Amino acid sequence: MSEVKKIATRESYGNALAELGAQYPNLVVLDADLAGATKTSVFMKAFPERHIDCGIAEGNMMGVAAGLATAGKIPFASTFAMFAAGRAFEQVRNSIGYPHLNVKIGATHAGISVGEDGASHQCNEDIALMRTIPGMVVINPADDVEARAAVKAAIEHEGPVYMRFGRLAVPVINDPASYTFELGKGIVMQEGKDVTIVATGLEVSESLEAAKMLEADGILAEVINIHTIKPLDTDLIAASAKKTGKVVTVEEHSIIGGLGGAVAEALAEKAPTKMLRIGVNDTFGESGPAKALIEKYELDAKSIYNKVKAWL
Amino acid sequence: MQTLELQKMANEVRKGIVTAVHSAKAGHPGGSLSAADIFTYLYFEELNIDPKNPKDPDRDRFVLSKGHTAPGYYSAMAHRGYFPVEDLVTLRHVGSHLQGHPCMQHIPGIDMSSGSLGQGISVAVGMAIAGKLDKKSYHVYTLLGDGEIQEGQVWEAAMLAGHRHLDNLTVIVDNNGLQIDGKIDDVCSPYPIDKKFEAFNFHVISVADGNDMEQLRAAFTEAKSVKDKPVAIIAKTIKGKGVSFMENQASWHGTAPNDEQYQVAMADLEKVGEALCQK
Repeated sequence: MSEVKKIATRESYGNALAELGAQYPNLVVLDADLAGATKTSVFMKAFPERHIDCGIAEGNMMGVAAGLATAGKIPFASTFAMFAAGRAFEQVRNSIGYPHLNVKIGATHAGISVGEDGASHQCNEDIALMRTIPGMVVINPADDVEARAAVKAAIEHEGPVYMRFGRLAVPVINDPASYTFELGKGIVMQEGKDVTIVATGLEVSESLEAAKMLEADGILAEVINIHTIKPLDTDLIAASAKKTGKVVTVEEHSIIGGLGGAVAEALAEKAPTKMLRIGVNDTFGESGPAKALIEKYELDAKSIYNKVKAWL
Repeated sequence: MQTLELQKMANEVRKGIVTAVHSAKAGHPGGSLSAADIFTYLYFEELNIDPKNPKDPDRDRFVLSKGHTAPGYYSAMAHRGYFPVEDLVTLRHVGSHLQGHPCMQHIPGIDMSSGSLGQGISVAVGMAIAGKLDKKSYHVYTLLGDGEIQEGQVWEAAMLAGHRHLDNLTVIVDNNGLQIDGKIDDVCSPYPIDKKFEAFNFHVISVADGNDMEQLRAAFTEAKSVKDKPVAIIAKTIKGKGVSFMENQASWHGTAPNDEQYQVAMADLEKVGEALCQK
């Protein structure tokens, strides 16, 4: 098997902004002293006059983005997920969400795959926080192809969007020639009949690997990629749940309030189904190489396989 | 507008504030009244705006960073023609477009929703940056409370405004000296306010009496002439100005007058109005 190409979705974010900058003259990018890390430095080099570094002041950056949006700009406010969704939650809620302004939030370094920086910088709560804001779209792309498509979709969407990107290089699992991104629509990556695995972000590729292992044991898993957590594709998930009767959610985020929470809420009302939530299990992360942490916190393909196998 | 006309209008704006807050049985009269002259000067003299074309991309912008003084803002806007003055009695009622704090989706002419202190100035900075990017000549104004500047975000925004030389931005601080828990210098002193803004690379204009139209006129005229720096106007005002029993009382920060107090307040303002008519 040939080596799978790996790209961090934060790279995809920066590259997409730089590519789309010429097409969208109202696109502006804001940073809080992390342009090198959020990869928006690529945009900054191409369009220096449309890049606004706000310094280390994320709350202010969200307000400045809101002000730019009132004047017809399409601002992308970029920082780590911890500071975008965590520190600046109330600015995002009151200055962007409440007036429903056309601000896009590019939140990089989400989840424990931040790695060595440790728990202070590993945001496992951002999806939960952002999806409670009325009118906020929440996107968590699985790979480079999806991430770049998501940036374009966010520009085309009128209203606030929270996008979650990672630091770790992850396998490119989608074919750019055939891939289409539809906001709010999940993608059936693989059909199955015994169990539904609903995954998001980098856990989509891990779940596909886990599904292969299950298949070797004669268990056919349906794998659904939920790149848009809000609005959630409840019809797709409920239909699959009715078919298989068992749903597993997999995310690099707390099992509280994220994809698992959203799916549980939806299924409880539309199609009550036995569920297993796999994610960061109500705990803080720690320092270490990203891969090692994903294994330690049982978010790798083998761990997913073991958990699903034991649960079925 | 002539100064006397502005003074008369400010008195009408004050009547609207008292009427609205009385009708709502809640709201913030103290800081609305202290800033009534600033609201009036902005909406009847300073701002390049047209109530009939509230989305004009070239209009001046105003952000009420101290959003709780919405009654003053609404009263000035109503008198300026954005919506009927009669609507003021619907303040804070279910279904009214006059929300407790300003909401841009409910009222054309409100450039930004506000209410959570410290956030409006950041939005004003964003508007000013947009004006520079688009090479527009509009000016952005934002009004802050003196208690509000205890919020750290205010200084994040001020730092960026000074750093980017936003001479299309004027920050006004309504320095009425009182906040909910008492005197600002007893609670957590923000003084010296002028030195702080100077240190953040603002051109600072101190107004000894921010309830005096002539002094406001001089300050805003000077502000317009400043190049290469944002401007901070620190206006010393009287909280509750114009209503005898509310003046300089922190307790009237967020309390509505009862029916009897309403009558007294309106009588106070009627007297002011009559005196202005004698001039």
